[in-house]
Amino acid sequence: MRRKLLPTPLTERVRAVLFNRRVVFGIPFLWLLLFFLLPFALVLKISLTSAVMAIPPYEPVFRWLDNTLSVVVNIGNYLFLLSDSLYFAAYWGSVKTAFLATVVCLLIGYPMAYAMARAPKHWQLVLLLMVMLPSWTSFLIRVYAWMGILGNQGLLNSFLMWLGLIDQPLKMLNTNFAVVLGIVYAYLPFMVLPIYTNLVKLDVRLLEAASDLGCRSLTTFWAITLPLSKAGILAGSMLVFIPAVGEFVIPELLGGPDTLMIGKVLWEEFFNNRDWPVASALAIVMLLLLLVPIVLFHRFQAREMEKHG
Amino acid sequence: MVKSRSFSFSKVMLVLGLLFLYLPMFVLIVYSFNASRLVSVWAGFSTQWYGELFRDEQILSAVWMSLRIAFYSASMAVCLGTLCAFVITRFKKMRGRTLLSSMITAPLVMPEVITGLSLLLLFVQMAQTIGWPVDRGMATIWIAHTTFCSAYVAVVVSARLQEVDRSIEEAAMDLGCTPLKTFFVITLPVIAPALVSGWLLAFTLSLDDLVIASFVSGPGATTLPMVVFSSVRMGVSPKINALATLIILAVSLIAFIAWFLMRRAERRRLQTPDA
Repeated sequence: MRRKLLPTPLTERVRAVLFNRRVVFGIPFLWLLLFFLLPFALVLKISLTSAVMAIPPYEPVFRWLDNTLSVVVNIGNYLFLLSDSLYFAAYWGSVKTAFLATVVCLLIGYPMAYAMARAPKHWQLVLLLMVMLPSWTSFLIRVYAWMGILGNQGLLNSFLMWLGLIDQPLKMLNTNFAVVLGIVYAYLPFMVLPIYTNLVKLDVRLLEAASDLGCRSLTTFWAITLPLSKAGILAGSMLVFIPAVGEFVIPELLGGPDTLMIGKVLWEEFFNNRDWPVASALAIVMLLLLLVPIVLFHRFQAREMEKHG
Repeated sequence: MVKSRSFSFSKVMLVLGLLFLYLPMFVLIVYSFNASRLVSVWAGFSTQWYGELFRDEQILSAVWMSLRIAFYSASMAVCLGTLCAFVITRFKKMRGRTLLSSMITAPLVMPEVITGLSLLLLFVQMAQTIGWPVDRGMATIWIAHTTFCSAYVAVVVSARLQEVDRSIEEAAMDLGCTPLKTFFVITLPVIAPALVSGWLLAFTLSLDDLVIASFVSGPGATTLPMVVFSSVRMGVSPKINALATLIILAVSLIAFIAWFLMRRAERRRLQTPDA
């Protein structure tokens, strides 16, 4: 009798599930293997070749000579990066700028997220949309907006001169200040969002217990709220810091000649000098530099995506 | 009870933060109606820059190109991202699952110059080895955008999948539904809102990308951000202000509709007593 209730035998159903699982897993796996992981292997490979005037402009690593496979590895590009202080300065400049911008983002973003999480329920959705909305418009255009504001004849300088605070325009555009400001402006929503998601899940009873036991609100914040929102702070900081290190558009549009950032240097090596091997070596070193933050972020993200609500 | 004071530091910061986010965009909108070319001079209201924008063949064809790429990329990214989200939230013991979840989350933070460079090198190598792609253009941008947009879709969809009540799916399968049918009849309608928001997110991400597209594009395909970038590099341009205004208006309109629909769904859920 029981067998009739099941339209298909159990073994067949199990096989169907397995088959489906393999397909469900296989398609994205192969796609990412081909278009995400393999490209990195190629970057590594090409960083070990030397540049030549050809199409494509690098020498092959593996070559068949007299029926033997010869492997030509050239670490010259990495030595070149070490020998020229420009590259070191660019890495250092990127890390410094990105770090500064991340700290400023956190200082502005945390209170914003805190106020959002404490706002009445029906306000939260509106506030959330308001914070997210700028990031859905064009990134390029939001960076460009600051060109008109910070320029020598820009809005801010005109305003300050009209107020009588300054006699001649301050140089704000094409400075490192403008780059940090641009990164903070462009990435602020990415800091607010994870912190808000974290704070909104915070158990309010803990805060009530603390206040019942005589904790003052500031002490409660330091002792309970802040430690419990560590995961959100970490995720937000990584979402700002890692892309900011490799940022190209912001230093290009808002930075000046003394702004050295690695994303811009890589772009110029690639597009202007057409030196693909050196650009690849720059990318590999940048990746190594960002390995720890990326792993940290990945561990957080994997936890977020796997746990059951 | 934890009291929330009416004037707290965090509320002031929220208001200031939102002002900081919106003022520059507001300035762009105002100056798109400025008759003068200069930012500092207000020469009266004018819509001439909009007229010039709509006569600019290069910008119009770039808009069309970008919209097509964004449409195809978002659609493909929703398929791939949803599959990834399924593997990550459901197949706990699958071999290779950790590798997949690393590969899908990495593009979220990967600097664009690295992604762009690595994909270009792949396409060059592919052209050498298998003879495709002969010309880089729409297809290569589509592949690149699909890859990084899938990551965002996977995050959005997996958040929704975690909330799905598994017992309904199990009931359907016990009653003889195949897993495939269960997916289409039970799971898909439940996660549909996440698929829509994932698609929209992927669409805006693809429309917005400059760096990756610049690396993997060829001479034939120029997207809107590429045109905007080359014009903006020269300095402030009123035509770009007009374009910016239109983009901001379009996004605001869609966000407003989304907010309205979400609010209505929320109210309906509150009204049904057994929900």
